[in-house]
Amino acid sequence: MHLQVSSVCKSFGHGKARKLVLDHVSFDLHSGDFLALVGPSGSGKSTVMRLIAGLDHPSSGSICLDGQPVLGPGSDRGMVFQKYSLYPWLTAAQNVAFGMELQGRSRSEVRERTGYFLEVVGLADAARRLPRELSGGMQQRVAIARALAADPKLLLLDEPFGALDIQIRESMQEFLHQLWQRTGLTALLITHDLEEALLLANRVHILAPNPGRIVRSVAVTLDRTAMADVRLSAEFLAMREDLARGLRALEPALPS
Amino acid sequence: MTTVELRRLLSQPWVLGLFGILGVLIVWFLSTASGAVDKLFLPSPLAVWQAGQTQWSRGILVKDALASIQRVFLGFALSAGVALPLGIAMGTNAVICRLLEPLIGLIRYMPAPAFIPLLIIYFGLEELPKVLLIFIGTVFFNTLMIMDAVKFVPRELVETALTLGGKGFPILTRVVAPFIAPQVLDTYRINMASAWNLVIVAELVAATEGLGKRISLAQRFLHTDEIFVGLIVIGLIGLVIDLGFRFLMRRACSWAN
Repeated sequence: MHLQVSSVCKSFGHGKARKLVLDHVSFDLHSGDFLALVGPSGSGKSTVMRLIAGLDHPSSGSICLDGQPVLGPGSDRGMVFQKYSLYPWLTAAQNVAFGMELQGRSRSEVRERTGYFLEVVGLADAARRLPRELSGGMQQRVAIARALAADPKLLLLDEPFGALDIQIRESMQEFLHQLWQRTGLTALLITHDLEEALLLANRVHILAPNPGRIVRSVAVTLDRTAMADVRLSAEFLAMREDLARGLRALEPALPS
Repeated sequence: MTTVELRRLLSQPWVLGLFGILGVLIVWFLSTASGAVDKLFLPSPLAVWQAGQTQWSRGILVKDALASIQRVFLGFALSAGVALPLGIAMGTNAVICRLLEPLIGLIRYMPAPAFIPLLIIYFGLEELPKVLLIFIGTVFFNTLMIMDAVKFVPRELVETALTLGGKGFPILTRVVAPFIAPQVLDTYRINMASAWNLVIVAELVAATEGLGKRISLAQRFLHTDEIFVGLIVIGLIGLVIDLGFRFLMRRACSWAN
């Protein structure tokens, strides 16, 4: 799998109201990568994700997946939204099965994979519960299982834990990290949380706002064998401080 | 009965409502029994009961009720059947919406009963104009309310289906349709009340049978007790239909409660 984003520009509106949201954004993503895009609001990071998902089209530049230009949404790029994306009338299992049914997989295959992916996200016991009977963290795990079950080449995560409480967010980050290690998925994570990006990704791009553009890229090579300790390691803290300073510099100065 | 039991009974949702109805019946009974109100204007509950029994035993009541129910169901089924695809089309397609919304918004404010003379001229005095009146009087409201329900389908739900490999028609049947189902049922429940209003109006103007026709006949002979029978029966049928929709909603859309 190779995702190639080349010189992508995106503007919204026409004439005088025309606003450039992305300015020549380029990056690559290979199989097994976990890439994070971090930036303040207005940096167009969600727009990047929507363009890759094919839900929107770039104004110029190109996005190619394995050499094929992205022209619209498809099941090779699974997406997990921040919230409200489970079907409230379907049980957890039916939600996970949803994508596979749309793809026309056989009934026995759907049943088998549904069970497997619910197991993967640790929700086998919640299979028959409706979304409203699940906590926010459990709902996002179902959404991740649903995206994975459709067998995407690339998983797009648009602030997946942004609506969760801080404690739950930390356990979900751990969960996602383990999932990545176990399944070898390829992921693109959008977040405004630098810590989250450093904990999960092996490469982080920092986006600056107005217009959105990549201003810095770093490779992350932290030892993550014990997730809880990573947050406290000197290397992690130094890296976070360095990048946070860079991010702060992007914010307009506060009047003192 | 202990006070605890009494309190528990009173906390049942239907108990207070029953008291409300009983209260009105008692006031009604007392005001007629005391002779304070002329019998001609306000017949006693007993007289109304007897008038109802007479109509029942002569078979008129059932025949009238069935005639009215049939008109309402035909007209409303037609309306619901047209409004559903039209509302979904308007809710999902901006061009169709911009084309039709002003038109429907305009016609919606034309009072349906004002169409009666035209309908009689076009279609005579048979069943068709009555059914069409109910259709005209409800189809635009049904359509616009379904359109609104479709517009409120969260974007994420549709986009999730797109990123899972869904397109076009399956998204309509598997995402949009289930999401709007509770609102559609509620729309039908609310607009069914207008259908009942309209069938009575239609029958007042021209009909040989029906609950509205019976009321207008009773007026001619100053049989206020029969008017009351008609009103109460109409109310009861409406209530049953309303409860039926609520039941259907609870069964079919339990996720939305």
